[in-house]
Amino acid sequence: MNLPARLDPAGEIETVLTVPAMHCAGCMAKVERSLGAMAGVTSARVNLTARQVRIAHSTSIAMPDLVSALSASGFASQPLDEDLAPPPSAAKPLLAPLAVAAFAAMNVMMMSVGIWSGADGATREMFHWLSAGIGIPAIAYAGRPFFTSAWSALRRGRTNMDVPISIGVTLAAALSLYETATGGHDAWFDGVLMLLLFLLGGRTLDAMMRDRARAGVDSLLRQAATGAMVVGKDGKLEWLAARALLPGMVMRVAAGERLAADGVIAKGTSRFDRSLLTGESAPVGAGPGGDVLAGTLNLDAPVDVTVSAAGTGTALAEIARLMESAGQARSRYVRIADRASRLYAPAVHSLALASLIGWLLAGAGMHQALIIAISVLIITCPCALGLAVPVAQVVTSGALMKAGVMVKDGSALERLSRINRALFDKTGTLTLGRPVPDARMIEALPADVASVALALASHSRHPLSQALAEALAVRGFTAAPLESVEEVAGQGMRAIWQGRAVALRRPDVAAREGFGGMATMLDISGDPARLISFADALRPGTIAALARMAAMGIECSILSGDRSSAVAEVSRTTGLMAQCAATPVDKQEAIARLQSAGQNVLMVGDGLNDGPALAAADASIAPGSASDVGRQAADFVFLGDGLAAIPRAVAASRACMAVVKQNFTLAIGYNFLAVPLAIGGYVTPLIAAAAMSASSLLVVANSLRLVRAAR
Amino acid sequence: MTGIAILIPIALAMGALGLATFFWALKGNQFEDLEGAANRILIDEEDPLS
Repeated sequence: MNLPARLDPAGEIETVLTVPAMHCAGCMAKVERSLGAMAGVTSARVNLTARQVRIAHSTSIAMPDLVSALSASGFASQPLDEDLAPPPSAAKPLLAPLAVAAFAAMNVMMMSVGIWSGADGATREMFHWLSAGIGIPAIAYAGRPFFTSAWSALRRGRTNMDVPISIGVTLAAALSLYETATGGHDAWFDGVLMLLLFLLGGRTLDAMMRDRARAGVDSLLRQAATGAMVVGKDGKLEWLAARALLPGMVMRVAAGERLAADGVIAKGTSRFDRSLLTGESAPVGAGPGGDVLAGTLNLDAPVDVTVSAAGTGTALAEIARLMESAGQARSRYVRIADRASRLYAPAVHSLALASLIGWLLAGAGMHQALIIAISVLIITCPCALGLAVPVAQVVTSGALMKAGVMVKDGSALERLSRINRALFDKTGTLTLGRPVPDARMIEALPADVASVALALASHSRHPLSQALAEALAVRGFTAAPLESVEEVAGQGMRAIWQGRAVALRRPDVAAREGFGGMATMLDISGDPARLISFADALRPGTIAALARMAAMGIECSILSGDRSSAVAEVSRTTGLMAQCAATPVDKQEAIARLQSAGQNVLMVGDGLNDGPALAAADASIAPGSASDVGRQAADFVFLGDGLAAIPRAVAASRACMAVVKQNFTLAIGYNFLAVPLAIGGYVTPLIAAAAMSASSLLVVANSLRLVRAAR
Repeated sequence: MTGIAILIPIALAMGALGLATFFWALKGNQFEDLEGAANRILIDEEDPLS
């Protein structure tokens, strides 16, 4: 097993499981208690940020026991795949510099207040030396994130926001040290440290947002079923990871399980749900000799499949290749902060240099000219500019996350705000992508019959059974006590209830032909058989969400891989135009066509077949129920069933960009006021630092208005 | 003047102590799960968590 296990002398091992559904204190307590109550578990500790639980237990407990204990308390969990080890946190390395900058800024400020209030002579000199003693090492340590970034930009012959910051900080620190050594009147360690403190604060917020979004998405990605039970030569079953599968192996695929590789059926007959791969909603039957594809869901009965292609040879891998090339268009997008700093850094440098030369020519001493140049550098420091974008995006994505939408990164919000055209996949996106029993038929069932149906359905992993059990449980029915429950592969569930034979089985051929769609038959001996039909229902709130999109000026249409007959009904209900039977390449081309017509396209899709389209579109959203490929390709992932999250995300991103623009106006407006004063020599570096902090606070306060953006 | 000679070292020492405590907490992984720590206070500890 691919468990990150660590053996220690007491025969105790540690297992880490991801539990994506965990989201509150109640969940944490439930998870920790249900695991802690197991014999042999020493400790169970939840990490809510990463949606993981770390369990120390004796070797007598195997991983599946832990998973089943968790599922008994209602949480799905997966062992952590060591290939997908959590990426290093972006915020963590910034915390220590932030703390050092805060400590040093406060203590140096304490000395500075003493100097301002009239300390003189030897006292002032001592205060300056103390400030230098704290300030120089603190600046060297806390400024490192900026210095390294500026250096790597300069080495490649480019410039970024960190270049003017690094130059300003270094020059100001050097000049302050010179002043201190020569017993001068002023030193500006306090201003420099305050500058670093604010900048690090902005950086840390930005990094925290990315960490949090990534933790959420990662825990979803890890849910992928990435392996299969392989039948060995001696008939023994062995679990192999998908990448270890080789052509010629025989894998046993249970009903309700997803195939890990392409293959040919060797034994058994079943139906396969190919909706993730092609968008087709109706299951496709296949018997011995039939071809089946990786990523499809086995619906009815266990089958043995001889692997014909695994890993990079599968139809799945082909789609991944398409996606890689599609993603290139998006990587050309330049974030608004980078566009601003491209203009900004050269302007600031030439301005500072010009004021240095100007003052020298005007006859000022080198010392005075340098002080003015440094004031210009510090006062124009892109502090507010550096905060303008990340703070707004952090607040917006926090609001969206509370509303159940996860944002991959800040540039996604920028791209989403510009879209004016939306394309929806049908199966799994506009619809739930899973069968839902007909509500009228469910409600017509007598209570005792319903509880028998619930009891039978809850014993099976078949997708129809699970859907039926869920629908009945939601309506408040409880399971009836059954005896001798057994599952007959490919046929259904049988049991005894109060001495009567009961069964939940696949419908007779005649009944199925008469009906056409998906259905199950409920038999209670003595009663006539009841047929319960299933359909892939629209997501709740779809019509309202589409209306809101239209009101926002976004034209919507359907882009589905399903057959036209299946799409037509959804198209009629939603009133959207539809393109049917589109292959992944067709979808990608449809988006390219719209883009070349000057439109910014949002793709909403879930399946593997949507992957290239999701990567090619200007922005993309996938439901949490999507295939891992879909979730990986999308910029946003929304949880829950409702489609209302999509217009909400668009509205929030637009509000975010509006605030970003206001922030830029504030930051640049401040520079327009302050720079002439600095060039004129009316501003000391200390006032410059204070003014800059004030503008930063203004920008932060303005961004906090976005807390309620996700409405 | 003599007051300053005592008070400034005290102020700096207290600040440094705070900074050292923060580094200790950072090293002890106390900042690993801020969301969890915020929620943990809501758990009713009827039976002690192991």
